[in-house]
Amino acid sequence: MTTVMTPRPTAPTPVASRRVRVPAVLRHSATLAWRGLTKTVHSTEALLDVTLQPVIFLLLFVYVFGGAISGDTGTYLQYALPGVLVQTVIFASAGTGTGLADDLKTGIFDRFRSLPISRTAPLLGAIGADLVRYVTSGVIMLAFGFLLGFRASGGVLGVLGALGLVTVFACALCWVFTALAMVVREPRSVQGIGALVILPLTFGSNVFVPTATLPGWLQAFVEVNPVSKVADAARGLLTGGAVAAPTTAALLASAVVVTVFGPLAVTLYRKRT
Amino acid sequence: MNSVIQVEGLGKTFGATRAVDGVDLAVRRGTVLGLLGPNGSGKTTTVRVLATLLRPADTGHARVLGHDVVAEPAAVRARIGLTGQYAAVDEALSGTDNLVLVARLLDLPHREARRRAAELVERFGLTDAAGRRVRTYSGGMRRRLDLAVSLVGRPDVLFLDEPTTGLDPRHRNEVWDEVRALATDGTTVLLTTQYLEEAEQLADDLVVLDHGRVIAAGTPAALKAEVGGQRLHVRPLRPADLPAVVASVADLVFPDAPAVDATGELTAAAPEPGVLLRAAERLDAAALPVAELGLRLPSLDDVFLTLTGRPADAPEEEAA
Repeated sequence: MTTVMTPRPTAPTPVASRRVRVPAVLRHSATLAWRGLTKTVHSTEALLDVTLQPVIFLLLFVYVFGGAISGDTGTYLQYALPGVLVQTVIFASAGTGTGLADDLKTGIFDRFRSLPISRTAPLLGAIGADLVRYVTSGVIMLAFGFLLGFRASGGVLGVLGALGLVTVFACALCWVFTALAMVVREPRSVQGIGALVILPLTFGSNVFVPTATLPGWLQAFVEVNPVSKVADAARGLLTGGAVAAPTTAALLASAVVVTVFGPLAVTLYRKRT
Repeated sequence: MNSVIQVEGLGKTFGATRAVDGVDLAVRRGTVLGLLGPNGSGKTTTVRVLATLLRPADTGHARVLGHDVVAEPAAVRARIGLTGQYAAVDEALSGTDNLVLVARLLDLPHREARRRAAELVERFGLTDAAGRRVRTYSGGMRRRLDLAVSLVGRPDVLFLDEPTTGLDPRHRNEVWDEVRALATDGTTVLLTTQYLEEAEQLADDLVVLDHGRVIAAGTPAALKAEVGGQRLHVRPLRPADLPAVVASVADLVFPDAPAVDATGELTAAAPEPGVLLRAAERLDAAALPVAELGLRLPSLDDVFLTLTGRPADAPEEEAA
């Protein structure tokens, strides 16, 4: 029995094994992403979260604050939509943490880990499914915005660019919530703490109001808040204005978040599972 | 190598708790080993190490089908099935989707995965519920699905961690029947349980754990014999007759005095089987009618009480 040859994942021969293992990891991750999406489609709450939440955000912000902030809702729609797009995907990325905490709690991850699949496949699968959710939420929000009369002077490329950028940012941010889920463990607590992180980040930004209207100390925070950079970049891409500088800043911020929280989240995940 | 599962000197510590403290055990191919013990005795930790979920162990070795669980986890995972204590199925998916998911993760092609799922759905009597979300399932259905999911890959070794906890007797019997059928088909099963009856019903061999240590091992019959031979049980029809019954059988069961419990039953160690006949004759001669009279092997509850000094269902304060 000891003569049976088996692959040893602990000591792979670099070239040969990588050729074999990478597709398996991707295949299993894709299967697990399918699971995540099937779950969303079958669950009314989750589906409403993805589809209705962006619509409600947009309606509320435009019609509640629009008149007061910009004088009329049409002008405010032009200003706020790019920011609400950012906010929508940030909320969706927090859902990644809640979902993972839930999976760890129910023991379904134990099942996955008792199967001959890569240990990272469940994590990659979850994030893969969430990527689809981010894009779906973003697309629904944009489509609804156009219905309300939003005009994208940046054209198709601008729209795709903005959607791509906010998705990149959400994917970066999801590592923060993944790390959080590994530490906090309780899905409801992840949601609560997640909201504590999200609310100051999104409202303490230029998503809803121009920075110039804020008190000085808050301006300082808004200026360094990466959410402002992403909102600026999305605004530039969708409605015109500076693109290069805020986009660079947004991508840089995303890179920093991934560099810090990616390894942290993976380490915590490995320790936890 | 005869043993499909072989564990030597296994130890695992969590913080200040020594959850498993030098466990040895071996499971022969196609047999059911019952790992018996109260909460916190180290059963689940042992199973989690064997199923490659917890590693590395602090001390000792564990091999499943000849593969070291720490050095070759992938080889172990390819051939085991695991059913957890808390029915690890996805509540938001349907029964069929749960089965297909695992089949796909085991690299079965799409069509094959669907076929395997349909096969298991039928075998476990879940046909009507297969398309429904698991959230709507009863506890028994969920447990059957959990067992079905762990069988998707036709595992050679099956770990069942308290498979019937919380099930009503009917569903418990269904799970038992399935476990027996699997063992008959050659699957090697390691089962943890707190239920002595379950261990007695299913296990070919037993390992009794307490505080992370093996306190007894052997066949259920051998364990019972170790604790003591057959016992005479007499329950008089009229409770008032109990002192007279005690007096009439006392010298038969000499040297130990008969014990009388709160329900009005007399029990005493029976030095040899002939005691039963003679007790019957004497009770008849003394016109003492009985409701129950018989020789019984000690129950596993008796075994546990004798081994640990406390009943199996009275765990100590610490829970690991």
